[in-house]
Formats: sequence, structure tokens, C-alpha cells
Amino acid sequence: MKNIWIVATNTFREAVRDRVLYNLVFFALLMMAAAIVVGQISIGIEQTVIVSLGLAAISLIGLFIAVFIGVGLVSKEMDKRTLYALLAKPVKRWEFLLGKYAGLVMTLTVNTGAMAVGLYAALWSVKQPLVGSDAYVFVAVYLILLKLALIVALAMLFSCFTTPFLAILFTAGVYVAGVFAYDLRTIQALNLSPATVKMVRGISYLLPNFQNFNVTGAVAHARGVPGALVLHVTFYTLVYCALVLTGASAVFSRRNLK
Amino acid sequence: MPGAAIEIENLSKEYPYGFLNLKKKVSLENLSMRVEAGEVFGFLGPNGAGKSTTIKLLMRLIFPTSGTARILGKSIEDVSTHQSIGYLPEQPYFYDYLTAAELLDYFARFHRLTTDDRRERVQRMLKKVGLETAKSIQLRKYSKGMLQRVGMAQAILHEPEVVVLDEPMSGLDPLGRREVRDIILALKREGRTVLFSTHILSDAEMLCDRVGVIVGGKLRGVGTPGEMVGIQTQGMEILFEVPGAAKKFALMDRATRTGERYRVQVSEGQLYEALDELKGAGARILSVAQIKPTLEDFFMDLVEADRAQASAVEVSGK
Repeated sequence: MKNIWIVATNTFREAVRDRVLYNLVFFALLMMAAAIVVGQISIGIEQTVIVSLGLAAISLIGLFIAVFIGVGLVSKEMDKRTLYALLAKPVKRWEFLLGKYAGLVMTLTVNTGAMAVGLYAALWSVKQPLVGSDAYVFVAVYLILLKLALIVALAMLFSCFTTPFLAILFTAGVYVAGVFAYDLRTIQALNLSPATVKMVRGISYLLPNFQNFNVTGAVAHARGVPGALVLHVTFYTLVYCALVLTGASAVFSRRNLK
Repeated sequence: MPGAAIEIENLSKEYPYGFLNLKKKVSLENLSMRVEAGEVFGFLGPNGAGKSTTIKLLMRLIFPTSGTARILGKSIEDVSTHQSIGYLPEQPYFYDYLTAAELLDYFARFHRLTTDDRRERVQRMLKKVGLETAKSIQLRKYSKGMLQRVGMAQAILHEPEVVVLDEPMSGLDPLGRREVRDIILALKREGRTVLFSTHILSDAEMLCDRVGVIVGGKLRGVGTPGEMVGIQTQGMEILFEVPGAAKKFALMDRATRTGERYRVQVSEGQLYEALDELKGAGARILSVAQIKPTLEDFFMDLVEADRAQASAVEVSGK
């Protein structure tokens, strides 16, 4: 565990020094602009607009970081050969992999946490006083964070056995397919054979169901998020990440470096 | 510490390539050798001979097609052995967002050293490799030679029993090379085992208890530098000057002139006859030295024999 922590803290330091968190400035500017504009043009739906816009921005910025930096976590180390000296230390490959994963999740936690505070401040500026249900914004951000953690795991898995470019394509592909996982499960296309429908349904159950992570609509309209859903998604993410990272470790543990 | 520090048995590495990876390129073929504890062992060979492949296999950066290896009696698959191993990769590259002090501290943490111990060792190592004044500069601003020094420092930071250095002199200026040589000799004095690969044969001759020569993925010989090149002299070399008043003489025609000086090679049996001739002609003899084959001669003979064999196989194949 200690080795994982050492690698994770260094990965976080790398993200900070490579100015990954600078996106927060962009988010802050976006929220300020939105608060000013929304206050003037939307009457009675300020909360809906601000929350929808804020959560979409948090999700999108997080997605970019999770996919692009997630893919680069291992591949960059292999390309630049920074991994060589590290793997000659008493560090197992799976410890390195989990450390890199934990480091990026740590970065995303700080990033999305800061953006959540920014969103809450923007909400406060257009709607005073805030009520208890407004705190559901943080629940929505928590679910976005879980989604990002899952995407990082997928990006790492793909980067362990293919090129960075293909790993980005695969990760993006799984994400898009995962957003429509529920639709694939209920597919009833007339021009598809029963065997094809069965196969599509089978694949849809293997894909991560990203629809479960999206509660933006409910939160934007000040409706609550059931605790059972939060627990279910948390457990689902833990199990899915564990499986994906086990697969990534198995591949990476036997991979010949250049 | 008696016995072998590194034992390699029939280690082979093949890389698949071509359509559906059906072809195989043999990078290392049935390598077996031992590096005894406490010795400095030089691993010599031309580019692509299999030196780095062997070192990477020992460090588990790549995996063998067949064969085994042990370091300090434990299988190389046992990562815990790495507590006692130091490794400098070829042309090392490190996290460029860190300073040298931060990088060394980061690596030291994997060796379970206390904070005070880490701090003390990092300072000591930076001083040892001459980077004390540059310790707070990010590595992205370091030259190649400076990175090589950082690499050396991280390899010996935890006082390992076995130190494996892949081309440690590469990219260093004469001063840096001398410092690395001094570090290797200091490691030997401390009783540590050093395995290093190099192209610079004079360094191998100067530092190594034994050397191994690898060409085309096969080990061609192991022994002391003296054993490898033989002890017979190849003749004598006389260095002399000819003052203006000196007479012309036969040996002068065979000599090579460099500035005011002449250099001539004769057999051992002809030495005294040649000296008499020079003396009689009024030449001033500056030095007489034995000509011995160098490790470089041995190395070049092997490489050329290998190339000749390869081209013979190619011709017969056609």
C-alpha cells in the first residue's frame, strides 16, 4: 500500500506542476459569466440553467482530463522511459499502475471538488437564500467523479496494450456506447435479426452504464437524489473499476517495455 | 560475500515481427554467465549485440523467451531483491518536473528509509555526483551529462549490493567519465558487485576484473582483460628524433614521422639491431615500448569475424 501511495502522490504533484488544474480558471470565468448573464435573461429558471451548465462543464472538463491524461499515465512513462528506473526499485508493476490511477483520481477529486464549490457559489449569487435541496449539487458532482474514476480505469486498461491514439478512441467509444447502454438493452429494431438483438443486448450488459451516473436533470429541477441510487452507483463503480484495473494489471505485468 | 552475485542460465530473447508476428528476431541466444560477488564485470559488445537486452531482462523490464537468472541467489522474478540492486538505464530520462533532490527523495522512499536518513543520503549523493549546486533546478533544464549523473546517484542511493549500469559513461565529458570511474572503483572498494555495459574499451580495461564480450546475441568470451587479449607482445615501438647533422639510415624509411619525431615498429628480435642502427646514425632515442594487443583489437576481431560469418551465410543462402 505504501508504494501505491508514493506513486499516487507523485502523480498528483506531476498534474499540479504540469498545470492540469489551470482549467479551474476557465471554469471560474464560465461560472461568473453564466451567473451574470443568467441573472439578466432567465426569470425563475436561474437554478436550472446554472446547475445544468455547471454540471455539464464539470463533466466535460473531467472527461477531457480522464481520457487524455488517463491514457498518458502509463504510455507516457513507457515512451519517455521514466518507468525504467522506477521499476528497478522494489515496486511491483501492479503497485505502479494502481498508484498512477490513484494519483489521477486524487487530481480529479481536487479538480471537481473545487469546481463544485465554484458552482455552488454561482448558484448562491443568482438564488439567495439557498435551501437544503441545493446541496444535491454536491451529490451530482460526486456521481460525476465516480464516472470519471471509471473512465480513467478504462483509459489505463486500453493504454496497457495499444497505442495512445487507439486507447483514446477505445475509451471514447466505450464512453459513448456506455451512455446509451440502457437504450441498447431495450433495443427492438425491426430490421435486426433476433440473434443480432441478443448479441447487442449481451454487449450492453458488459458496457459500463453511464446513464446511472447522470442526475443532472433531477438536481437542476431541485428534486432529490435517492440514497439507494448513490449507494448502488458507488458499489457498481468499485466493482467495475476493480475488474478493469485487475485486467490492466494482468496485461501490464507481462508487457515488454521498449 | 562469497559466491555469484548474478547467475544467468540459457537466457534467450526473441522478438516477433512481420506479418502476424510470424517471424522471430533473436536478440539474445542461450546466454549463460556468472558475475562473482564483489567483482567489477564489464559487458562489451557493438550496438545491437544484446547488452541492453540482457540488462533489461535482469531488471524485468522485458521477459525472457526461455532461460532463468538469479541475483543474490533469488530469482529475478522476486521484486524484493530490488532492495539490494541499483540500476542505471541507458540514456536515462527522469520526471522532468522534479528537481534532482526531489527525484532522489522520491526513489529513496521506496527503500523504506527514514526522513532524516533520506535527506542525508540525498545530500551526500548529490555531492558525490557533483550536482550539489544544481539540486533545486528542475530536471527539464538539465543537460544529458547532468541527467546521467542523476541516474548514477539514484542507482547507488540505497547502497545496493549489486549495481547494474547500462552505458554509464555515455554522454559524459572526460571529467564526468573520470568521476563515474571513481564511483565504480569506490563501489568495488566497498565490496559491491558492479555489472556495466560499455563501448569504451579503455574504461573496461581500466576498471574490470573480468569482461564478457557479446556479439550478435551470443556470448563470445569471458575472462580478465589480460586473458581476453593474450599476454604475448606483438613487437616493440621505438620513438626517436633525428638531429639535423644525423646521417640518413634505412630504418628512417620505415618510420612514421609526426612533427620532429619518428615512430617505428620492429620485432622483439630486431630491437637491439635497430637501436644500434639509430645510435650509429646519431638519432636520439626517446622511448622504447612493448606493443600489446588491446581489448579493442580482440573486440574488433570478434565483430569482424561475426560480420564475415553473417555475410557467408547470406551468400550461401542466396
